[in-house]
Amino acid sequence: MNMIAETQQSEIKAKPIVMFPRTDGSRVPYGVFSSDEVYELEQERIFRGPTWSFLGLEAEILKPGDYKSTFIGDTPVVMTRAEDGSLAAWVNRCAHRGAQVCRTARGNASSHTCVYHQWSFDSCGNLQGVPFRRGQKGMSGMPKDFDPKSHSLRQLRIDSYRGLVFATFSDSVVSLHDYIGAEMRPWLDRIFHKPIVYLGCTRQYSKSNWKLYLENVKDPYHASLLHLFHTTFNIFRVGMKARSIPDATHGLHSIITATKNQVETSAAYKDQGITSFDEGFKLKDPSILGQIQEFEEMTTNHIQPIFPQLVVQQIHNTLVARQLLAIGPSNFELIFHFFGYEDDTPELRAMRIKQANLVGPAGYISMEDTEATELVQRGTIRDATTSSVIEMSKDNPDQQDTLITENLIRKFWVGYQKLMGF
Amino acid sequence: MDTLRLWFEIHQLHERYVAALDNDQLEAWPQFFTEDCLYEIIPRENEDAGLPIGIIYCDSRNMLEDRVTSLRNANIFEEHSYRHMTSGLVITPLDENSVEAQSSYVVVQTKQDGESSVYQTGRYFDLMVNTDDGWHFRQRRVVYDTSRVQTLLATPI
Repeated sequence: MNMIAETQQSEIKAKPIVMFPRTDGSRVPYGVFSSDEVYELEQERIFRGPTWSFLGLEAEILKPGDYKSTFIGDTPVVMTRAEDGSLAAWVNRCAHRGAQVCRTARGNASSHTCVYHQWSFDSCGNLQGVPFRRGQKGMSGMPKDFDPKSHSLRQLRIDSYRGLVFATFSDSVVSLHDYIGAEMRPWLDRIFHKPIVYLGCTRQYSKSNWKLYLENVKDPYHASLLHLFHTTFNIFRVGMKARSIPDATHGLHSIITATKNQVETSAAYKDQGITSFDEGFKLKDPSILGQIQEFEEMTTNHIQPIFPQLVVQQIHNTLVARQLLAIGPSNFELIFHFFGYEDDTPELRAMRIKQANLVGPAGYISMEDTEATELVQRGTIRDATTSSVIEMSKDNPDQQDTLITENLIRKFWVGYQKLMGF
Repeated sequence: MDTLRLWFEIHQLHERYVAALDNDQLEAWPQFFTEDCLYEIIPRENEDAGLPIGIIYCDSRNMLEDRVTSLRNANIFEEHSYRHMTSGLVITPLDENSVEAQSSYVVVQTKQDGESSVYQTGRYFDLMVNTDDGWHFRQRRVVYDTSRVQTLLATPI
């Protein structure tokens, strides 16, 4: 190779995949939403890096042997309940020749056997049996030094925080307790303060990048502007008491709450001439908007992303753990895990089922989110080096009692840049 | 009444229902139901596991009308159209004025870019009653196989 070619190659190598023009998170190059290289690096630095990924609820796998297939990033993993009641998670890839071992979404099994050559593993992923290990009728088997203990499935660190199950590939990441952090724990404690019951899941698939959804759940600014159900039927008011709190360590987690005000302030919308306000529409059956008080503070909305795969939600009486799965740079799946409490009254349980109308893929106040993220995906595909403009309330970066802010999004991108080395 | 005639009447109700949804006559949709009714869309994985959560749950005709008002005036989604293909209608008369039925459906969706694709497949589980005004749904439970809902579900199934 001649000198010129070598120089050219090193220049190509040195060029960063994406360039953030500012360090404060207020400019995000659109390339992060569509680049294959960024996506590949995210798998390594985020999903196999120093993070804890949400897998599901303990309430989904109550009995010994119960399991669920899921993902960390795009790596297939299985979470299980072992015979002794403990939790385990392993990469769903046979230690022999790499086939997927578990082929069903959910179930109960005391062992998992790969169909290809019937290597079998216990609930924790330890190799238990290899057919013909000692050969048969003069045909030789595995070598004498073959040690089953060193051929387990790839086992992951797993932990649960109040029934939320997380796992990680990282040996060095802090404990789950510390990873969730001091700002976020009280808000998870608020929702997960007593035993829950799993009520089922719904799935929504979007042709857009997974980080567009994280931006969305850190963006209280859009709530009353994109989701017009609130304002059309007079539900949500700008005068609500609000919180927008980031994680103080890395900015990747956050919580947004909105709490009912006693005073009705529909005038606030009219004054600003926002088109979504229309006094004319009334629900013929307003039962869907009831709220049975079950927390000390009557929040109508509690939206709490725990990076990278979880968003905890309380909207009225709906309780949901949303799992966010990245599927290539241009697709994500959202799995809404609905739950209630073991001690729900029949009235409260009925309310949770009825209010499932508000959220999920056909949700009155959520269906637009994936529409919006797809519009961004389609609008930005050709302009990797152009950046979004994220300025709302930038002059007041520490204000937390507001919904008119993009502060959480900026904090998120600063944390993301650090994690990714951008 | 002979079975053939009953089957034909129920089939007609189903065809009119599909024609309303496929031809942007959303306002007519609640009128296929009795005032006190149940309409729900629930993924098969929850139905099979005995879990109650679905994506739409309406227990009155008023709630269906609210859905229509919201779709027409509040919700934001890409303009699209449906074509329902239904088959396998099997009816079980309960008494003179009520019938249970099951049938399969495929909904093909066409969006703004001009592409048509299979949006959802599943089954209807119905309970219909004969009123002064003809046959109406007292229950229409839509159990869908296509568990991953593409983008969002606005127009009812």
